[in-house]
Amino acid sequence: MSIEALGIRKKFGAFTALDGVDLHVPQGKLVAVLGPSGSGKTTLLRIIAGLEFPDPGSGRILFHGDDVTDIPAGKRGVGFVFQHYALFRHMSVFENVAFGLRVRRRRNRPSSATISERAHRLLELVQLDGLAGRFPSQLSGGQRQRVALARALAVEPKVLLLDEPFGALDARVRKELRRWLRRFHDDIQLTTIFVTHDQEEALEIADEVVIMNEGRVEQVGTPQEVYDKPASPFVYQFLGNVNVMRAPALAGALRADGRAAEVARDGQIYVRPHDIELTPHDAGGPGLSAIVRHLHAAGPHARLLLEQVQTREQVEVEISRSELSELNLRVNDLVRMRLRQSHSFDEDYAI
Amino acid sequence: MRDPAWARWMLTAVALVFLVLFLVLPLAVVFAQALEKGLGYYLASISEPDAMSAIRLTLLTVAIVVPSNVIFGVAAAWAIAKFSFPGKSLLTTLIDLPFAVSPVISGLVYVLVFGAQGWFGPWLIAHNVRVIFAVPGIVLATAFVTCPFVARELIPLMQSQGTDEECSAVTLGANGWQTFWRVTLPNIKWGLFYGVILCNARAMGEFGAVSVVSGHIRGQTNTMPLHVEILYNDYNIVAAFAVASLLALLALATLVLKSIVEWRQTGLR
Repeated sequence: MSIEALGIRKKFGAFTALDGVDLHVPQGKLVAVLGPSGSGKTTLLRIIAGLEFPDPGSGRILFHGDDVTDIPAGKRGVGFVFQHYALFRHMSVFENVAFGLRVRRRRNRPSSATISERAHRLLELVQLDGLAGRFPSQLSGGQRQRVALARALAVEPKVLLLDEPFGALDARVRKELRRWLRRFHDDIQLTTIFVTHDQEEALEIADEVVIMNEGRVEQVGTPQEVYDKPASPFVYQFLGNVNVMRAPALAGALRADGRAAEVARDGQIYVRPHDIELTPHDAGGPGLSAIVRHLHAAGPHARLLLEQVQTREQVEVEISRSELSELNLRVNDLVRMRLRQSHSFDEDYAI
Repeated sequence: MRDPAWARWMLTAVALVFLVLFLVLPLAVVFAQALEKGLGYYLASISEPDAMSAIRLTLLTVAIVVPSNVIFGVAAAWAIAKFSFPGKSLLTTLIDLPFAVSPVISGLVYVLVFGAQGWFGPWLIAHNVRVIFAVPGIVLATAFVTCPFVARELIPLMQSQGTDEECSAVTLGANGWQTFWRVTLPNIKWGLFYGVILCNARAMGEFGAVSVVSGHIRGQTNTMPLHVEILYNDYNIVAAFAVASLLALLALATLVLKSIVEWRQTGLR
């Protein structure tokens, strides 16, 4: 089922959480809503779920084209997974999963044999069937997360909403679980929105990424689109490390392909650390002179902090370990840098 | 950190002496005095009509006050902990009011409102309703004094639990009633039980507020603490202590229950 949010506004007292947000999630897609904390992404998710309501008269939520704005959460057919799982702590894993079926009205309620069968099937699906009798406090974070998912799926929701699903897990489990979620989504094909502040997570598993900032949508696109063609400086900076250089500093700087870097009217250009090429200083050719100020070579890549000679601007550069050993650089050495790729944004683009 | 042995012994000794002198000794005296003239006299003292009437009145008061405080306490704690609304901090402060004012003043307030010379006094007399110097006044005063116990116990507990579990229940299709009975109540049951125990103990033992509104009519408006006082003032010391021993027994039972609840709570965490 497709999900649409149209012109959603939400204020909490004087704080504007959502300032006219539009969102369209096509049927069966896995969409990430990505943004820093306070960008309104969780509020948007809760409004879609029916746990919060948009400011009166401000906007509408459509499920498959039907207006559900005034329908309470329990009747929208959404599965919601909370950041901290929100499992019922006094119930076993099995009872947690069965809850949504047990609270149904008598005429819609499956028989207890059916409930039990369905709960066990869901626990199998999330690979936890052996733990049906345990209590939430006896599970690890990743296991709790999967119980929460099974519980949400038990009511056969038409859409799945995940609030920072991996936020409370440690790095290794998080990576494992997000790949699992991607495969899981491919199997069940349920329209899914998940909220995250982790750009790596969003870019890795989502079909489409919605980037939010200060209550507005900054950009919508596939992971590759938003990464390669960021619509605003915010998106560019949020999706990875970036150097912002003032254009005058680049008077003599040519791009590696020989063309001059595009510079917008605000006179700033944006360069990712790995889009800077370094050559030995005495080799000549185009480029800017810079002095190596710091060298950090632990890990797969070497990170260097350079100081541009003319303007004293600091520039972060990332090159491979082998490039570094070829250049044979040390702190305080001179080096020549060129840009492989850069971005600039027209100043009239409002952020 | 290790304190010198003498310091540890001193501290323990001070605590023990204090405990014996101010808690154990009086408690022992209560039972010793109560049984001074033998078990027969003890049983007669607590089963004579005025004593029985006082016990009945106390139990009646408790039977009304405790359930109403449970309902009020759960509702107030639920509202304060799970929602934000204008006047929330005022409500939180008001709940504590009975702790802040002397019980005698709480009683006097009811006399001023419902007494013969009070605001509603003439109207009540005209309609033949007695509040002051009658059971309703005793119930009201006791309810007022004990009203913070349940709410105070539940508010921090419910605040720390947050609203996520309730929200989950709602998204899973549970209605408000189901959410309360199946999710909220099981999560607060031990805290609630603890609040009920404290509320019960105070409701049985309340003296000041009840004393002002009761009128001390023997066999009619005397609760157990008031009856103890009357017997004592009549120099019927053994009977006074006999009735007092019932209250003391209740206090002991309460303490035992309380430690069981605390033990269960720590066991669950």
